[in-house]
Amino acid sequence: MTKKRYERPIIIKHISGLMNKFGSNPTASYKSDIDGVAVEKLVEKFGSPLFVISEKQLRQNQREAYRIFKTRYPKVQFAWSYKTNYLNAVCSVFHQENSWAEVVSEFEYEKARRLGIKGEHIIFNGPDKSREALLRAMKEKAKIHIDHFDELYTIIELTEAEKLKAKVAIRVNMDVGIYPMWDRFGFNFENGEAWQAIKRIIAAKNLELVGLHTHIGTYMMSAEAYRVAAINLGTLAKKIKNDFDKVIEYIDLGGGFASHNTLLGQYLPAEQVVPSIEQFADSISSGLFELSFTNEEMPTLILETGRALVDDAGFLISSVIANKRLSDGRRAVIIDAGVNLLFTSFWYKHKISPAQPNGSYTENTTIYGPLCMNIDCIQDSIALPALKVGEKIVIHYVGAYDMTQWMQFIAMRPNVVMVMENGSVELIRKAENIDYLMERERVPEKLLLKKK
Amino acid sequence: MADITIPKNLAVSDSGFLFLTSTGETFTLNEIGHFIFKQFQQNDSFETVKNKIAQEYEVDLNSLEKDLDDFIAQLKAYNLIETK
Ligand SMILES: Cc1ncc(COP(=O)(O)O)c(C=O)c1O
Repeated sequence: MTKKRYERPIIIKHISGLMNKFGSNPTASYKSDIDGVAVEKLVEKFGSPLFVISEKQLRQNQREAYRIFKTRYPKVQFAWSYKTNYLNAVCSVFHQENSWAEVVSEFEYEKARRLGIKGEHIIFNGPDKSREALLRAMKEKAKIHIDHFDELYTIIELTEAEKLKAKVAIRVNMDVGIYPMWDRFGFNFENGEAWQAIKRIIAAKNLELVGLHTHIGTYMMSAEAYRVAAINLGTLAKKIKNDFDKVIEYIDLGGGFASHNTLLGQYLPAEQVVPSIEQFADSISSGLFELSFTNEEMPTLILETGRALVDDAGFLISSVIANKRLSDGRRAVIIDAGVNLLFTSFWYKHKISPAQPNGSYTENTTIYGPLCMNIDCIQDSIALPALKVGEKIVIHYVGAYDMTQWMQFIAMRPNVVMVMENGSVELIRKAENIDYLMERERVPEKLLLKKK
Repeated sequence: MADITIPKNLAVSDSGFLFLTSTGETFTLNEIGHFIFKQFQQNDSFETVKNKIAQEYEVDLNSLEKDLDDFIAQLKAYNLIETK
């Protein structure tokens, strides 16, 4: 006698007012490969969990973004936002695609230099730049974006003492109709503080004001806000030309374009609600054209786009450790990747796919990480088919901030690989191990159990 | 001996539709879920149900036991069965 095909027993509770029936399933699709390389193979070779970055997607995103802006405004320069993902291999792809480096710390600055970026192609942002860092940036002709008056006066003092010139810009904060307004960085536009800083710079004989910068926020859902920002900075540039006969080389509108990740609490998927790069570009170029710059005045548009260029090129593969039923009957799955690797799970509802066909019946599932900590919840509720221990899932859109804000906590950071355009796979960051961890530590002699 | 009982205020249709008259809640069972439920209604014990499934379906005992435990935990959470 041949036996019937088995399927696990399932009960589904009907929720009044909501359509729910067997088979309706937003995640029925699965993702068994990344750019043609099987998830199973990747894990076999590099372990689980595993971060995977697609070279192809990185290049495609950067080329596409450049094309979109360049067809709307004649002078465009991207500067890769290091803090978004500063793995050397990732930065190098962007640099090969002609992006400069946008850094906010001394070590990021050093990284960019080691990767072969010239000082003049580094934008040095951020509120914390030491005197040594400022001196180096001046000598190497980096573009120093001044955040506050104390920094401005330090730069003036250093240029005088060391007989150096500095190429500077100011960061400007402004009201573009976004709440909360980011006013903790830079000089305010509306109350005249920015103009005061500009006048002080123009009056300093060793400082050259080359640009105007703003970064109005991150994961921006409004393209219009960028039009306002472009007009505000453009207006300052015009006034500088008018009052001091000084042409500003560039206007830097920072980063902040939303990626395809859906925010927690956002009802519709991000794909349906966030503006496209085209819409951001339309707003920015229309703002800049409103100012009718002459050819010689026309500033270069610099963009420090981070997440929108890298998020969808990053994946996190993870394996199922266990299945559980919570006290209220909800299903829970424990996976081997925790919030220490997925910082963005505190604000995103990540798209998660099984890496193998698991049938079409789904159940609302809570996904926990492996850390013995209550906060280690990757997703509170997601429709997932039944997964067996050892099976894999793929977490999408993790290219931005996860590989910089991750931490070693209970679990260590895993391998990161890049799937290259030709289909080969390269290890770009080795997993940490206990030696790496303990190498930095010292135990005072009297605390040693094993005496030397 | 039945080690699992089904509350009186529960109605199950032939198609696997479940109605809890006390609360008005409704549920759907898939084929095998429905099969199991029917066995419980006939006062079959957990062990008996397990063996019946193993005979009729292509499944290894360990996976079956895990799935059954999970299914029963869920039924309990929804107050659709009582266990001793
Ligand atoms: C000054 C600056 N530029 C660029 C970025 C990149 O932003 P995003 O990743 O949102 O594009 C940031 C991030 O907050 C930033 O602070």
